[in-house]
Amino acid sequence: MTLLSVKDMKTNIGQYSVLHGISFDVPEGGVFVLLGRNGAGKTTTLRSIMGLWQPSANSVSFQGQDLSGMGTADIARKGIAYVPENMGIFGGLTVEENLILATAKGTFDQKRLQRIYDLFPAIEKFWTKQAWSLSGGQKQMLAVARAIIEPRALILIDEPTKGLAPSIVAAMGEAFREISQSTTILLVEQNFNFARSLGRDMAVIEDGRVVHTGSMAGFAADTELQGHLLGLSA
Amino acid sequence: MAHVNNTYGTMAVKTGMLIIAAALLFAPFLFQDVRALEVAARICIFIVLVASYDLLIGYTGIVSFAHTMFFGFGSYGAAIALKQMGPGWDAVAIGTLAGILVSLVVATVIGLISLRVKAIFFAMITLAAASVVLVLASQLSHLTGGEDGITYRAPDLFKTANKLMVDDNGKVVRWFGVKLNGKLAAYYFVFFSSLALFLVMLRITVSPLGTVLKAIRENESRAEAIGYRVVAYRTFVFCLSAVAASVAGSIYAIWLKYTGPDTALSFAIMIDILLMVVIGGMGTMWGAVIGAVLMVMAQYYLRDLMGAASEATANIPLLPELLAPDRWLFWLGIIFILLVYFFPRGIAGTVMTKGARK
Repeated sequence: MTLLSVKDMKTNIGQYSVLHGISFDVPEGGVFVLLGRNGAGKTTTLRSIMGLWQPSANSVSFQGQDLSGMGTADIARKGIAYVPENMGIFGGLTVEENLILATAKGTFDQKRLQRIYDLFPAIEKFWTKQAWSLSGGQKQMLAVARAIIEPRALILIDEPTKGLAPSIVAAMGEAFREISQSTTILLVEQNFNFARSLGRDMAVIEDGRVVHTGSMAGFAADTELQGHLLGLSA
Repeated sequence: MAHVNNTYGTMAVKTGMLIIAAALLFAPFLFQDVRALEVAARICIFIVLVASYDLLIGYTGIVSFAHTMFFGFGSYGAAIALKQMGPGWDAVAIGTLAGILVSLVVATVIGLISLRVKAIFFAMITLAAASVVLVLASQLSHLTGGEDGITYRAPDLFKTANKLMVDDNGKVVRWFGVKLNGKLAAYYFVFFSSLALFLVMLRITVSPLGTVLKAIRENESRAEAIGYRVVAYRTFVFCLSAVAASVAGSIYAIWLKYTGPDTALSFAIMIDILLMVVIGGMGTMWGAVIGAVLMVMAQYYLRDLMGAASEATANIPLLPELLAPDRWLFWLGIIFILLVYFFPRGIAGTVMTKGARK
């Protein structure tokens, strides 16, 4: 069953046309990966889905409802969380305040909180610390924790491994694997090995257009296609 | 910013707050002259006014130049009602409520129309609105008294001749040398009203709403992306701050028994508020207290202090001229520059980070 459907989405930023008609469907459950070279339009795609850039009319539907034209806050309230490339945490607030902001009623569901502690022990350890003082990996954990502190139908995650140490990347991968058991993840990732280990379905974006969609297993097996679309050597 | 919840700097600021609160609570007994009581009442009012402005600029990142306009709505509301209806509590209630209502309507309209635009345009719109209201207050003289303002009587409880307690001879009772009369009642009306308003605002800043406001100040689009309608929140805070300023204006009008453009609407008051919030420290609430105390004290006593210093240095060349009382504004400017240099986050903001865990 399709959870998110993007159809012929065009986005202009100022006078520049960045997306020229993106189309893909994200099925419910698992991790859907958006791949592509730098500047292909992956981040713009996520931002357009969230309404941070205004996409063309009738181009994004979520659970059958048209999102284009909606405000970002309203889109978030539909059950879509967004973890941007720069993590999007509030540095001047504590870890606790960052998390409580993402709760609907201003209180924590203790079960979910415990799950976050289990996934990311650093969150519990630095609970009262201000977020700016965390390391890059801890900030990323906080950003993801904020996305799952309430039940969400879909989480958009933009390049979560960028600049992180290999051990943190591995821990993040484990966390995403567990999260994807209950929540669909739309992941933008440059690290192909990381993406391959998580993704069930995928799409490749090139110059603001989707040039390939399919299963991750199929794409991972086709080294020639990888080389052609992503410039990866065998 | 460093974590400041349990630093010795925070303890120092909170201790200072207790001292200021005690000094204001016992001001009529500690400083037994009319001028000192005037200063204490003005400090109380300005603490509310600056704290309500801090909700805007310090907690939400909204720069407005219309804060005195809302203060003026409250002042003129109470003043016009007391003038037209006579010195009763019904006039106080109706005037205060009218001020709140006008402030709410104007703040909502300005907020919804202009809080979507860039900060600088919003600031300009508030400046324009404040200018229009200042001109209107001068021109609608049949209602506002024009440039001369309005003089009226406060409720009888606050009349200086009113005896709160009398002895066996019918004379007003004194406590520690202070007459228990209407003036004392008026001061405590100002003190407790201001305290209540300040505590409400303080409570808001430590509530979940306060956290949302800080998030909006830090990054609007991030706050939107986790589901907060930023324009609605900003408009709500603008209205909240306007209501607090309006009530402060009504309290001041009752205390002064005079309302005019200079006491309620002038841009000099707006500049004072800005200086107080910067000196005290934005986004702390305690900064409003420190800023208001220092600025009001300087405005009332710096001239006297300089007069004394000028006399004390009469035999030293140049110094008496430099310290002449007429140069008090020059020295106030110097003090302001030094405070900004040594306390870049304002006094409360800087002191509270001392001893902070990084």
